[in-house]
Amino acid sequence: MGQKIDPELWSDDAQPHLMGGRLPSGEIVFPMPQGDAAKDVEPHKLSRTGRLWSWTTQGFLPKEPYEGPGSGPNEGPPDFVPFLIGYIELPGEVIVESRIVDANLEDLSLNMPMEFCLVPFNASHDTFAYRPSKEHTA
Amino acid sequence: MSENVYIVGAGIHPFGRTEERSGREQGVFAVRQALADAGLDWTDMECAYGGSAAAGSADIMVNELGLTSLPFTNVANGCATGGSALVAAQQAIASGMYDLALAVGFDKHPRGAFNAKPSDYGLPDWYGQTGMMLTTQFFALKIQRYMQLHGISRETLGRVAQKAFQNGALTPHAWRRSEIDLETIMNAPMINDPLTKFMFCAPAEGGVALILASEKKARELGALNNNGAAKIAHIAVRTRPPDSFEVFQPGVSVKEGGKPTVLASKAAFEGAGIGPDDIDVAQLQDTESGAEIMHMAENGFCKDGEQEEWLANGWSQRNGKLPINTDGGCLACGEPVGASGLRQVYENVEQLRGRAGERQVAGADGSGPKTGYSHVYGAPGLSAVAILER
Repeated sequence: MGQKIDPELWSDDAQPHLMGGRLPSGEIVFPMPQGDAAKDVEPHKLSRTGRLWSWTTQGFLPKEPYEGPGSGPNEGPPDFVPFLIGYIELPGEVIVESRIVDANLEDLSLNMPMEFCLVPFNASHDTFAYRPSKEHTA
Repeated sequence: MSENVYIVGAGIHPFGRTEERSGREQGVFAVRQALADAGLDWTDMECAYGGSAAAGSADIMVNELGLTSLPFTNVANGCATGGSALVAAQQAIASGMYDLALAVGFDKHPRGAFNAKPSDYGLPDWYGQTGMMLTTQFFALKIQRYMQLHGISRETLGRVAQKAFQNGALTPHAWRRSEIDLETIMNAPMINDPLTKFMFCAPAEGGVALILASEKKARELGALNNNGAAKIAHIAVRTRPPDSFEVFQPGVSVKEGGKPTVLASKAAFEGAGIGPDDIDVAQLQDTESGAEIMHMAENGFCKDGEQEEWLANGWSQRNGKLPINTDGGCLACGEPVGASGLRQVYENVEQLRGRAGERQVAGADGSGPKTGYSHVYGAPGLSAVAILER
């Protein structure tokens, strides 16, 4: 495993959770607010399962501040690895934007069950993702 | 508001790429054209509002236009820069303080998709580092869900782009001036599924200037006769309400929230005292094909899902029941952020004055459109709607 892309982004449990925040009103937000905005907000472990709310492909190399494959000093578009992203609705909590892994574009459909996972992002860092639930694909 | 406000002069620097001119020089070009159109000199102008997103301050224009000591306010309001300049100019006249005001917007962006810095938007660094902070992704994610929920086909997305390039081909200020057939649009490289290369607008350059006048001044100029002016019926600008889904949002509320476009549209219609059925020509934010589709419904011109029928039947073409984006919109003109919203108003002014040349629309009774509607949307979730009439 590499370093976390952000030390606060997910919990360090054996079964890690993406970290959101619970506002005094009870509303769950993602990501956990920082600085003054974090006052009175309780860190909240978000659900590891949810449903696919929307999705798209990323087929071209993003500009800065992207730090994934293709962004290095001696790299360029040929080194870029296309990926999927989407929104996952975590029931009763919040809809989170996430990388989607272990799926092809044509596998994706509205409301399909998804589960949390961690994936390598570049040579040094990991990030979070959701993938189609194992039970669903089996 | 007390005084009626008229647009009596309109100028534009062609959109696209102009290597030899800075963004601000393109703005100055547009101002000179608008002055000539109104029959005014720069020394006549009483106040000015303008700006750009990426091409510097507008007030420096006095170096080229003349040191007349007029108050010149810089506007820096992201995608709403042009719209906010227009609102400021309108309010300056509606308040009774001034009789003539300038609104100007211009820009010049580097090639390729816009890149944004997370901290500028109050977002954590990982959001940009991991490649999730791209405006193109947001538009794809929004239309993907909309298509699933409301039965919009990929072909309908293609038809929006096809229409844009048909209109752009007839528009002197457009960037893309040749038609592109549906098959080419559909089979072009995918940018963010379901949107192909030709379904996205590109960052560009351009400048637009509008001269606003009080009723008294418009009459003096003879602009109230012979289609010389367009009256501002109402302008509304709205930022996002709670629980909305906007560009650059790592987390979205599970509650279905309001939309800034819906709020701005309703406010503009209420202020103008008319409804969507009364509009003869419309310019809707078309950052990509899906945006035009969704904005048709958000602005009240059809119900969710009806766009499939609209595009198949050509109802939003120049000869349709509601011509939309008659100059090719952002898809054919490109998007210089500071100028884009004013371009939409410029196009409506030309259409209402019967000066749109080959792309002129006929209006309900064949005597030209009597009402024009423009809508701009941008980060971080704001919309501006302007309704003009003659």
